[in-house]
Amino acid sequence: MIPELGNFSLVLALVLSAITGAGGLLGARAGRVRWMRAAASAVSGQLVFVALAFVVLVHAFVTDDFSVAYVAHNSNSLLPWYYKVSAVWGAHEGSFLLWVLIMTVWMTAVAVRRRHLPLDFHARALGVMGLLNLGFLSFLVFTSNPFERLLPLAPADGSDLNPLLQDFGLIVHPPMLYTGYVGFSVAFAFAIAALLTGRLDSAWARWSRPWTNAAWAFLTVGIALGSWWAYYELGWGGWWFWDPVENASFMPWLAGTALVHSLAVTEKRGTFKSWTALLAIAAFSLSLLGAFIVRSGVLTSVHAFAVDPARGMFILMFLFVVVGGSLTLFGIRARAVAAGVRYGPFSREAFLLLNNLLFVVALGVVLLGTLYPLAYEALSGGAKISIGPPWFNTFFVPLMLLVALALGIGPFLSWKRTGIATLRRRLAWSAGAGLALGVLLPLILDEALSPGTLLAVVLAGWVLTGHGLDIARRMRLPDAVRRKPDPGAPGHDGKRARRSRRAGRIPLAYWGMTVAHAGFAMSLLGVALTHELSVEKDIRMVPGEAAEHGGVVFRFNGIVSTEGPNYVSRSGRFEVADGDRRLLLVPEKRQYLAGGSVMTEAAIDPGFFKDIYVSLGEPLEGDAWAVRVYVKPFVRWIWFGALLMAFGGTLALADKRYRRLRTTDSTRVRALPASPAHAPGPAGTGIADYAPGSNAPRGKPG
Amino acid sequence: MNRVRRNRLLTVLFIFAGSAGAVTLMLLAANENLNLFHPPEQIVSGVAPVGVPIRAGGMVVAGSVARAPDSLDVEFVLTDYRGSDFRVAYTGILPDLFREGQGILVRGELDAAGVFRAVEVLAKHDENYMPPELVPIAAEAAGNAG
Repeated sequence: MIPELGNFSLVLALVLSAITGAGGLLGARAGRVRWMRAAASAVSGQLVFVALAFVVLVHAFVTDDFSVAYVAHNSNSLLPWYYKVSAVWGAHEGSFLLWVLIMTVWMTAVAVRRRHLPLDFHARALGVMGLLNLGFLSFLVFTSNPFERLLPLAPADGSDLNPLLQDFGLIVHPPMLYTGYVGFSVAFAFAIAALLTGRLDSAWARWSRPWTNAAWAFLTVGIALGSWWAYYELGWGGWWFWDPVENASFMPWLAGTALVHSLAVTEKRGTFKSWTALLAIAAFSLSLLGAFIVRSGVLTSVHAFAVDPARGMFILMFLFVVVGGSLTLFGIRARAVAAGVRYGPFSREAFLLLNNLLFVVALGVVLLGTLYPLAYEALSGGAKISIGPPWFNTFFVPLMLLVALALGIGPFLSWKRTGIATLRRRLAWSAGAGLALGVLLPLILDEALSPGTLLAVVLAGWVLTGHGLDIARRMRLPDAVRRKPDPGAPGHDGKRARRSRRAGRIPLAYWGMTVAHAGFAMSLLGVALTHELSVEKDIRMVPGEAAEHGGVVFRFNGIVSTEGPNYVSRSGRFEVADGDRRLLLVPEKRQYLAGGSVMTEAAIDPGFFKDIYVSLGEPLEGDAWAVRVYVKPFVRWIWFGALLMAFGGTLALADKRYRRLRTTDSTRVRALPASPAHAPGPAGTGIADYAPGSNAPRGKPG
Repeated sequence: MNRVRRNRLLTVLFIFAGSAGAVTLMLLAANENLNLFHPPEQIVSGVAPVGVPIRAGGMVVAGSVARAPDSLDVEFVLTDYRGSDFRVAYTGILPDLFREGQGILVRGELDAAGVFRAVEVLAKHDENYMPPELVPIAAEAAGNAG
């Protein structure tokens, strides 16, 4: 009976999501406060019922209820309990239930934080999210129901979870990734609500920013975890393959990165409004496209779930409705916003625009490379092609080097314009430091580096120095001027100076930016140095044999048989000598009992400066084994960098200025007439610019 | 048409032409990088080009896997069970799910002698997953076996 309870809960949640959608959108249109309230209450109902369904599925897994088809296909009584729990999202149906659960949690968060927002805007945003959830829940209930039964003939035991997924990575990677994907629905819903209310202004941008940052940070961590998981689990030590499904997660990230930066301009300077709304629509639509690519089986990939045309068709239709609907609304509402905001070529606006340009082009490259094989197959009548990593690298790497070049200039720039003389002096320091790093690093590492890697090293030094100098400069400044990017800029009346003195510190948002950009530089260094300095050898070894690769001596001491909870294993013993260090690495070849499949578990000695990686290939004649030995310098910097980026995003959203608008203020904001998006006017006529009590630093209206 | 509109139109046209040019260039580059998939009959009949990076696939013939005694060189035969067999030579470690009778994909070049010089060998990743390229061949194989 319990699985039916889960099924029933999902249907109830579906009905409630329809109420949220209709109540929010129609209530806001008709001005009925009660409808809008009902929309918000229905959200908590959805949370209760979706969470209940999720708990029911977890219960079915933990109690080995193999009468549930999904459990029978993806679990086994021998599986350790923690993998039974994570097996819930180990395949299509359950992972989509997780997706819906996360969507519902985001909705609840938006519903709870209503006091910051005008009632009608809030109701519309919730309504849009309700409609999205209606689509997701329909998909779950009608095409991918995880509670379907195998009655009356329930199997005695399950066919086991794919051994690749019996790993810590499965526990953490999908939840983080989905939280990021679905989190962009908030930015999307806010953009749609802003278009519907005609309130595409800096207040909207300010409301969107923390949500967008949060989703972006989660997605960043999710992608980094996926890359790290592939590195140690797939057994061949790569960390990014330009696989279509990796690209599917990367495209919303690229759009989201552009969005985070474009929102900054829209909030602070009240410009780029339509463009920002378009990016918000794009980021979420690309998340949906990712879901389509993964779950429809149209592409060849490591991650692709089992093929089912009905599911693919459903998501494709949903995608068309969402993208088509939002772009139509965009076309109708987002008229060309009158310019009138002027900025020079060396200004924050110009460089944030450059950031957007570079990231959107990068997005275009990834999109083209991912979809081209599909289009080719359709147009050529079934010929199958794949586009290899060299193609992606040819375009992507130069774009990211350009990003780094611009990033080193960014922190020195003020809004509107920056004096060239000051800029030149500061940039000379960064350039000098970058070049010094380019000269010193090869000497320290005692390795000759190729020109491309050297360029990346110099640029990483340039970015780090630029941000370090700017933070240092701000700390030295008197409190009064610390909060402004340029002490010479206008707008430093006495009142503002006194407020700044009370605040006393560099704002968290600025620290966030600095940390995230340092993370980018760190990842850049990691990618370049790993690519250049990695030693990767596949060798044949007999017990007692030793081999030296990349300055590390590997001695093979034979194979020992061991047993795990649901597998038997052959473990290799490798004595590794790295300089003065001696360590034992034990890679495994596991055979899982339920499915009989064989898995390679690499043994890795992780280090801040290098990883030593050994994995077993296959037994050869006699006692010999094929062995994979890698030495990968700086590989962890790639993921540490990504974590820093996410941490930076989190710092920025914790900035207290996002909490400044209190209930009283938002009531007053609501009382102000909404500024229509197409109304011509000077920059920064957004409501927030007049909102009392919002003393956050902001560029003066131009 | 007033001046603002004309400028806006020119901007849009400029962006459009620029993107179209960029996309064309990227697709031209892609055409040099794409690896076309060839089923076994095209490899055997000579339709597949020699000395060009391509992909191929088929089922591993039972008993055909031969390891060199003192290196990581390995050779095996792929078939579509319809009389088209070809030899694959590879140096390195085969994936965990590489087995006789299993459908696999190889990436590399065909040499003048008709041997496929693989630089990468891919097996399916779990029991339920089949590379889409191999679905028709595997279905055929299942039909012959049953």
